[in-house]
Amino acid sequence: MTYHADEKGYYGQFGGAYIPEMLYPNTEELRQNYLQIMEEPSFVNEFQSLLRDYVGRPTPLYFANRLSDKYQTKIYLKREDLCHTGAHKVNNTIGQILMAKRLGKRRIIAETGAGQHGVATATVCALMGIECVVYMGEIDIARQAPNVARMKMLGAEVRPALSGSRTLKDATNEAIRDWINNPVDTHYIIGSVVGPHPYPDMVARFQAVISEEIQAQLIEKEGTPNPDYLVACVGGGSNAAGTYYHYLDNEDVGIIAVEAAGKGIHSGDSAATSALGKVGIIHGSKTLLMQTQDGQITEPYSISAGLDYPGVGPMHANLYTSGRGEFISITDDEAMTAGLLLSQLEGIIPAIETSHAFAILDYKKFQPDDIVVINLSGRGDKDLQTYIDYFKL
Amino acid sequence: MKNRIKQKLSEDKKLLSIYFSAGFPKLSDTVSIIQDLENNGVDMIEIGLPFSDPLADGPTIQESSTIALKNGMSTDLLFTQLKDIRKSVSIPLLIMGYFNPVLQYGVENFCKKCEEIGVDGLILPDLPLDVYQDEYEPIFKKHGLINVFLITPQTSEIRIRQIDNASEGFIYMVSSASTTGAKQGMGEEQEAYFERIARMDLKNPQIVGFGISNARTFQQATKTAKGAIIGSAFIKMLSKKGKAGISEFIKTIKPRS
Repeated sequence: MTYHADEKGYYGQFGGAYIPEMLYPNTEELRQNYLQIMEEPSFVNEFQSLLRDYVGRPTPLYFANRLSDKYQTKIYLKREDLCHTGAHKVNNTIGQILMAKRLGKRRIIAETGAGQHGVATATVCALMGIECVVYMGEIDIARQAPNVARMKMLGAEVRPALSGSRTLKDATNEAIRDWINNPVDTHYIIGSVVGPHPYPDMVARFQAVISEEIQAQLIEKEGTPNPDYLVACVGGGSNAAGTYYHYLDNEDVGIIAVEAAGKGIHSGDSAATSALGKVGIIHGSKTLLMQTQDGQITEPYSISAGLDYPGVGPMHANLYTSGRGEFISITDDEAMTAGLLLSQLEGIIPAIETSHAFAILDYKKFQPDDIVVINLSGRGDKDLQTYIDYFKL
Repeated sequence: MKNRIKQKLSEDKKLLSIYFSAGFPKLSDTVSIIQDLENNGVDMIEIGLPFSDPLADGPTIQESSTIALKNGMSTDLLFTQLKDIRKSVSIPLLIMGYFNPVLQYGVENFCKKCEEIGVDGLILPDLPLDVYQDEYEPIFKKHGLINVFLITPQTSEIRIRQIDNASEGFIYMVSSASTTGAKQGMGEEQEAYFERIARMDLKNPQIVGFGISNARTFQQATKTAKGAIIGSAFIKMLSKKGKAGISEFIKTIKPRS
């Protein structure tokens, strides 16, 4: 029994590549090459030195004293918020830009919701001197103005997605359409563990540096590589996939996935895909997604643009249905409160996505000697305006 | 009874096929558009089952799909509207859409309904060849449905042969690397591609889609191919002139003999 992808990109019944023929050559080229390229010594070298010297890895595993005190358990924070550009997203974009170069691609496209993946993509494109186009929902462009400005400053073109709900789902549609129209010279850097095979597996492997470091750091601090629990927020699920990766098949380690309940799971304004989703196809992958009886994909809602996605990566759909992972959903209000608490107990302002992960501490009772690792996936600078409006700061 | 698609393909002429979104411009237009198309000499029809996230479609079909859904189109309603279609229409009918609505309806149920109504084939671009063969081919065959696969200018020769072997009926030849309704006409690149495919001497005839909008592009596409499909250009015409414009539109493409 494994919770990793098989060679066709399936996690249990989820995954695969449900793509129109127009995308077949592009994804096939990637599928045939990604594992081999990722194993080449020159690739490994370049990837690791950029992660070290440019991104600032390894990121610390920090024992959160006051938070542990309050919840009477041992809480460690994996500090992905300290990565260059402010979140874990850059681990994947560094990996994919090196992949794109080896495949001879001259143009990069990406989708973004909150703008974190867009910024991380624009950053690596600037680093490598490659043309970059980022699709972003028109509504997200309005609510994430600082990240739009960052992408522009980094030399990327930000194209508004004007179709559908004009958010992340639609930005992804537009990026896929761009790829259909530019099949030869363009690489699509997907920002999460979603999309057709091999993307979910490839992105998870690039993010797996997170769990690899946690293992080594826990040995140093606790004398064991294994925590009792790993906690991460899940939109598409890339930071969660990276946090769980080396522990997926080690069932001594508990996996907790935190989704956005928005205004409440049954409020009609939610992004809690595991609770509300059914099996279907979104963006080329068979997974759980929020949809009507008729198979039309519905609009999710979360205060956090990064969790505002109607699907979830196929790895996570399988963790949920198999029972390997425990899925908890957290409302906007609970997340905002948890974000404020972390700021005041530990001096760390988290991204609102990340705040969701911290809010489970009020739900889930841990033992005093439990080791709980929470992935602090991003910092809150980008969300300051939302925090200001919410708390009337 | 022999499948209507195969019968039509055996006729000695170039085929004009029209795609439209069911439930557009008005919810109740589906049946009368089909009837008007047949009466004006169209050879085959792709009835678009609208989807919220049509990945392979450009702005025109995205918009007609969105409007159709807003009008209230659904899989059930489409089947209800088409219930008696074979009393008045005899040309081949295909349903074209994305796989998720079919999956939610239940693939077996969907195919069964199609057979009852007299739908002859399905075009589901995001149902890939290997998944179709591994999971669904027996169901399609049991209900007499032809599943149509796409090829593009980037499709390798090996894969074209695979698709040709898996096909019965025709191959949907996408004219260029693009979503539907892209503006570029037919250039040398397309002609070279059409000729390359023609030289492959496939067992299935090809029908060209994407980028066909008028008599000139129809003729270019059907120089070597068996027929061509017009979608976005027809939908644009419907948006402007409504059903009243159908007769004139078809005449400009393919004058009646």
